[in-house]
Amino acid sequence: MPRRIVSMAAAGLLLLATGCGAADMTVQSSPFAAAEGSKTVTLSQQSWVGAQANTAVAKYLLEHELGYRVDTVQVDEVPAWDALSQGRVDAIMEDWGHPEQEQRYIEDKGLITRGGDVGVTGHIGWYVPTYFAKAHPDVTDWRNLDKYADQLRTAESGGKGQLLDGSPSYVTNDKALVKNLKLDYQVVFAGSEAAQITQIKQFAKEKKPFLTYWYKPQWLFEKVPMTEVKLPAYKEGCDADPDKVACAYPHTPLQKFLNTDFAQNGGEAAALLKNFHWSEEHQNEVSLMIADQKLSPDEAAEKWVKANEPIWRKWLPKK
Amino acid sequence: MTTTTAPLSVPSPSPRLPARRWWPLAAAVLLTAVGLLTATGVDWPTALSVDLSSPLSSTSDWIIDNRDSHPLFLYFLGHISNAVVFSVRAVYLLLLALGWAGVTVAAAVIAWRAAGIRIGLSTAAAFAVCGLLGMWVPTMQTLALMVVAVAASLALGALLGLAAGLSDRTFRALRPVLDTMQVLPAFAYLLPVVLVFGIGVPAAVLATVVYAAPPMARLTALGLREADPTVLEAVDSLGATARQRLLTARLPLARRQLLLGVNQTVMMALSMAVIASVIGAGGLGDRVYQALASVDVGAALAAGIPIVLLAIVLDRTATAEREERDGRGWPAWLLAAALTAAVAVAARLSGALSWPTSWHLAIAEPVNTAVDWMTDHLYTGVPVIGGTADWAAAFTGWVLDPVRSGLQALPWWGLLLLVGALALLVGTWRTALTAVLAMAAIGVLGVWDASLDTLSQVLAAVAVTLVLGFAVSIAAARSARVERWLRPVLDVFQTMPQFVYLIPVVALFGVGRAPAVAAAVVYALPAVVRITTQGLRGVDPVALESARSLGATGWQQLRQVQIPLARPALLLAVNQAVVLVLAVVIIGGLVGGGALGYDVVFGLAQGDLATGLVAGAAIVCLGLMLDRVTQPTSSKEA
Repeated sequence: MPRRIVSMAAAGLLLLATGCGAADMTVQSSPFAAAEGSKTVTLSQQSWVGAQANTAVAKYLLEHELGYRVDTVQVDEVPAWDALSQGRVDAIMEDWGHPEQEQRYIEDKGLITRGGDVGVTGHIGWYVPTYFAKAHPDVTDWRNLDKYADQLRTAESGGKGQLLDGSPSYVTNDKALVKNLKLDYQVVFAGSEAAQITQIKQFAKEKKPFLTYWYKPQWLFEKVPMTEVKLPAYKEGCDADPDKVACAYPHTPLQKFLNTDFAQNGGEAAALLKNFHWSEEHQNEVSLMIADQKLSPDEAAEKWVKANEPIWRKWLPKK
Repeated sequence: MTTTTAPLSVPSPSPRLPARRWWPLAAAVLLTAVGLLTATGVDWPTALSVDLSSPLSSTSDWIIDNRDSHPLFLYFLGHISNAVVFSVRAVYLLLLALGWAGVTVAAAVIAWRAAGIRIGLSTAAAFAVCGLLGMWVPTMQTLALMVVAVAASLALGALLGLAAGLSDRTFRALRPVLDTMQVLPAFAYLLPVVLVFGIGVPAAVLATVVYAAPPMARLTALGLREADPTVLEAVDSLGATARQRLLTARLPLARRQLLLGVNQTVMMALSMAVIASVIGAGGLGDRVYQALASVDVGAALAAGIPIVLLAIVLDRTATAEREERDGRGWPAWLLAAALTAAVAVAARLSGALSWPTSWHLAIAEPVNTAVDWMTDHLYTGVPVIGGTADWAAAFTGWVLDPVRSGLQALPWWGLLLLVGALALLVGTWRTALTAVLAMAAIGVLGVWDASLDTLSQVLAAVAVTLVLGFAVSIAAARSARVERWLRPVLDVFQTMPQFVYLIPVVALFGVGRAPAVAAAVVYALPAVVRITTQGLRGVDPVALESARSLGATGWQQLRQVQIPLARPALLLAVNQAVVLVLAVVIIGGLVGGGALGYDVVFGLAQGDLATGLVAGAAIVCLGLMLDRVTQPTSSKEA
């Protein structure tokens, strides 16, 4: 009966491995974490480069100044909140505001803790390339956009002007805005930021006009200078009903968020991530190294850290 | 090496359709024409659709709120999740402990034992390239995840296949399920799995198992059922017990199908490894995905090449003929294990466990330069033929728009009739019924218009794929040199993660539906070329010889002998084109394809079950419908 013995042994092993009691998978780390038996921090890597810059610099400091091992996982914004609440990631280094998730995970369940300002203010808006705005200065007011609709037509916009939107994970009211401001435009979703950037660069190479959803701070402004189109001014609460929005996007101070357990027991790593605070120029400097000079995030972070010691010294936990 | 389904049972040729089969089509066309003239509403009536958004969002909320307390999660799903993490971690630590030299030698020796010295050397080279590209650790992560996922898929698939192969009732119950799973695009699995298991490795492994187990189950069942009855009779007459019969006769007879099943499962698992990066699987897929974010084709390619190499090596090892294996057996394997251990220990002692960074080769920079040059010079204003952007605009204006508005102008019942009639033309009453019900389900889900938009893109992509595919295959079938030259190219395109070519496609064709179609064509073309070439080559040489002796020219031979005789293979190629194109509709959503593909991406990105799941279900229904409309089923089989 060797086979039976083998199968019983296998079953026994499995039971041992999994434990016989309850298994809460909401507190479970990645199998790739802590491979060399060291203290590990997992950071959420977001898809846009500004957030990558935060993560890269935080990672570099954690690894080289505090001796942690850092894993990064790329996840979209909303699933990242979910992962953060479960401790699959320890921190999100840049968030653009998710009221619904904040209510659920911070106020109701207490699984996530606020980590303070990043020091950068984010702003979403509609942009045209500066070469086009210089040739037609009145395009920067939304009331005049219709005049230029036929210049902004593409095969995808069905006879109207094209308003290029990007990744489905980003906050956008553009469909409602176009409808409520009664503009002769069609929102075309590029489906990913990579596709949107590629298209913008392609337009810019040929000096063609375009109108796009875009956000600041963003490294692409250094490559393709763009001018914002003024939308009706933002007032507190004017974007409360997503179907009736008819105003510009707010200016959002970007936030960090930590898993509650990590925030309390994460020691020096948690302290460093809470203290992390820099400016738009710093972030852009690193972003540009990553996105334009094609340095790897680690190399870019190393370069920045070497040149800016006084800034990050203040973030290190006091011993 | 098809990443989805292989020719399972090539249907027997039925040279001409019986004339009576044509009347339903004629009737449907006539009725639709009348409908177009008289109909008031062409859209699916709202009274017939069901709004699933509130039950779906409340399900999603319930799961999030109860994930850490409900017994179902604590005592069942939690254990599964932990077991996955435990096994992946075990494999990963083992791979790291072996070091790069140990892993390379082990892989090479296994490939050599299984498939010969040439494959063994290629395997060693492939692993070395992974290290050279600076992708050693991500490659090991992907490998660890793959080993666990493939082992689980094979075990699950073989169990299901065994049950279905031995019991008629199980077979009948399982077959429609497996058939449906074959047309499910990989992305459709992600959302529900993520909701239950959360972002991370367990969700990725389980999505991979659900995706990769069906081909194993299917092929095991088919292999067992197709065993030669006379052999079984003979075994029975020797007085064998049921177990002896299974182990000594039925399983060995099904060996070819079982091997094909293993191969299919491995390929599908690998293609899922990249897609699963969207839900935090880590490894190579994650590197590709991160490179996409900084619009860096070169870096994406550096992570994509190891995936291609792993796939090719695994495929060649799994499909190799193993005739000369007898007589070597255990001693040789022991020798292999000893060699691996020796190398691993040597590496450990010399402190060279991780791949040395000074041996990295930076390919990202030159690749990006090349891609930039290409898009600069091809985008627009090329003399005479115009630029790629001009083609894309023309294709959108002259093909995609008319097809879409044509489909959307048809009254909904007219379209259902048309689908039924078409399915009846190539299949049976039963397949026609499935097709019509699948189409109706789309209407009930309330995504009729978006689905027709997607359908128009799929039809256009299939048409382009078939035209290009048949042209290439005719060339390949006529010249052995072309075929030999083509094989590695097809391998690469079939296994290259689609994320890698998203940026070049947008740079060439702009954002919109045209690049989505282009991405689909790139993905579906290799399978079509392969099946068609095999079909054209497999034509009975006697028939060709006799045609030649009658003085037929090359063109006449092709048109009058080869193509008619290869008809089953051609139909299969059409079917595969449809299934594969549909599988990348969601990828199309990432480059501006809009419609259902975008909705699924949106659902994943926003954790919006209502939008994502409904769109995913609609894609599945479209897939079922298109599969039934193009799948020739002989009436005796049904």
